[in-house]
Amino acid sequence: MVTALDQKSPRDAMGVTEAIVLKGAKPRRGRRGGGMPRGVRIKDTKGDRVFVVGAYILLAVFLLVVLLPLLNIVASSLSSAQAVSSGKVLFWPVDFTLRGYELALQNDGILRGFRNSIFYTVVGTLISVVGTVAVAYPLSRTQLVGRKFLIGFVILTMLFTGGVIPTYLVVQSLGMLDTVWSMLLPNAVGVWQVIIAMVFFRTSIPEELYEAAQLDGASELRVLWRIVLPLSGPMLAVIALMYAIGQWNSYFDALLYLRNADLQPLQLVLRSLLILNDQGSGNIAEQLERRELRDLLRYSTVVIATVPMMIVYPFVAKHFNKGVMVGAVKG
Amino acid sequence: MVSVEDAPVAERTRPGPRRRSRIGRSLRRYWQLYLLLLIPVVWFIVFRYVPMANAVIAFKEYSPVLGVWGSPWVGFSNFTRLFHNPVFPTLVGNTFILAGYTLIASFPLPIILALALNEVRLRFFKRTVQMVTYAPYFISTVVIVSMTILLLSPRVGLVGRAFSFFGTGSVDLLADADFFRHIYVATDVWTTTGYSAVIYLAALAGVDVSLYEAAKIDGASRWQKIWHVDIPSIMPTATIILILGVGNIMAIGFEKAFLFQNNLNLATSEIIPTFVYKTGILNADFSFGAAVGLFNAVINLVLLVVVNAVAKRVTGSGLW
Repeated sequence: MVTALDQKSPRDAMGVTEAIVLKGAKPRRGRRGGGMPRGVRIKDTKGDRVFVVGAYILLAVFLLVVLLPLLNIVASSLSSAQAVSSGKVLFWPVDFTLRGYELALQNDGILRGFRNSIFYTVVGTLISVVGTVAVAYPLSRTQLVGRKFLIGFVILTMLFTGGVIPTYLVVQSLGMLDTVWSMLLPNAVGVWQVIIAMVFFRTSIPEELYEAAQLDGASELRVLWRIVLPLSGPMLAVIALMYAIGQWNSYFDALLYLRNADLQPLQLVLRSLLILNDQGSGNIAEQLERRELRDLLRYSTVVIATVPMMIVYPFVAKHFNKGVMVGAVKG
Repeated sequence: MVSVEDAPVAERTRPGPRRRSRIGRSLRRYWQLYLLLLIPVVWFIVFRYVPMANAVIAFKEYSPVLGVWGSPWVGFSNFTRLFHNPVFPTLVGNTFILAGYTLIASFPLPIILALALNEVRLRFFKRTVQMVTYAPYFISTVVIVSMTILLLSPRVGLVGRAFSFFGTGSVDLLADADFFRHIYVATDVWTTTGYSAVIYLAALAGVDVSLYEAAKIDGASRWQKIWHVDIPSIMPTATIILILGVGNIMAIGFEKAFLFQNNLNLATSEIIPTFVYKTGILNADFSFGAAVGLFNAVINLVLLVVVNAVAKRVTGSGLW
């Protein structure tokens, strides 16, 4: 939240959301369920109907503003290089062809980036979730001596940070530059996620459960593993998603810590391909002597890079919204 | 919960050794939890607290050979260098303007979207709008910037071509310092509006039905209902969002500004985070970069403390 450079926007924004709803929301009540009896219903006036139509139009504008640029990019990626370069494509492919995708999928950099990003996302998320639970769970136990101090110890890092360069020096002195560890460890635990998990544990796991477990002679770790974690599925899903999206989408750590092209995540490959307009090396460069093909390749690469997120997103969105509520209702 | 150990009698009769034995008891009973805490605590020390200590290089002339602690002290010279740097005022100005502009521009639209969504009854339409407007939030910064570059391209881009069509000639907006902020903010709004609306929708869902019924019986029009019921209901949420936003001004991200940056728009696109990266990492001037970073972190901290005090007065509860 406070860090200037190593900010991970999805993580932070999520946390902010959580805090906000925590304070803003009132107890939820059925909006339509408990309404007036049918007969008493008051009809909309003419002005009201105009108003509703206005709302529909407004929403249609929102919809189109988001959708049209996306449509243009997808349509361009499916068009011929000539049509793209001469600017003929609007919202429907012109001279439909999959040439752009063939080119993109022949690019070693993109494939390698994909593999690396999948690795960083899977392993990184795993480390992050384990780390988060390892802090949040003990700190959610009110009887633990030193709890207040440790919570302060964690929260303080949100208010003040050493900054990019002092952190870089740490990574450097640990010999992690140009290793996969530099992608997995320096930002492994997010304070917002710790807070979400802590609030969840404290409010959703009844104290009696711990007493019962203690009477049965279960050890603390056993309680966590066998009872608490199985009850925390939705919360774990939410924080895992937050970490995974952050890891998949960010490029700053890679820019900072990685020189070796073999380790670069997809986002960094995309940056050199799309933004620096690097033509890559090998036979692709030869093919791309014609600028037309390069334009087409950029469109198809953008689509390829977005598709995984767009496939996951409808499933994720529901959980994300739920995540907003996990902290909200329970807080 | 009253366990035998915590019985109040014990507290009263043996006040002296109680504290020590309380810690001992906690350690004995929860040793596994302390063990669990060990790794993350070490992580926090290594990756969060050691960097804080390393920030002293802002007051030193860092040399890789001598290390952080062996390097010679130079007092505030890195800071005077920063303050006397001709780009310094521009740098701070750019950062504040960009962040402030983003904050103000991205504030009202999610509210409008949520209010409009709250009015329509066609479920399919409502869900489609919500899904589509939410989607850009999941697209990475690199791809958002790439899309923008493609769309704005005067030669092939949809928007770029439209600009040429309306007679402004073929201009590359990305190479124009005057447009950098608008482009930055527009893409930000495009990306986050749908996501931010979710918060307001949640607040609207929490509005007491009886308020709507009362309004309806009193003959309120839809507009009056929004004005007198909906908007007051989401005001607390909106206030907190705005306050948090102000507290986060200095935390404006590096990622997007750096990607949009080129030599032609540097006059407006150079902000503190990009400057830190360039001086500290690319030029390997660690001490100077650390000084700029520290300057940023301190302003940030001050802002947060002030904002928290304001939040406490306005909403009755702060962030901590």
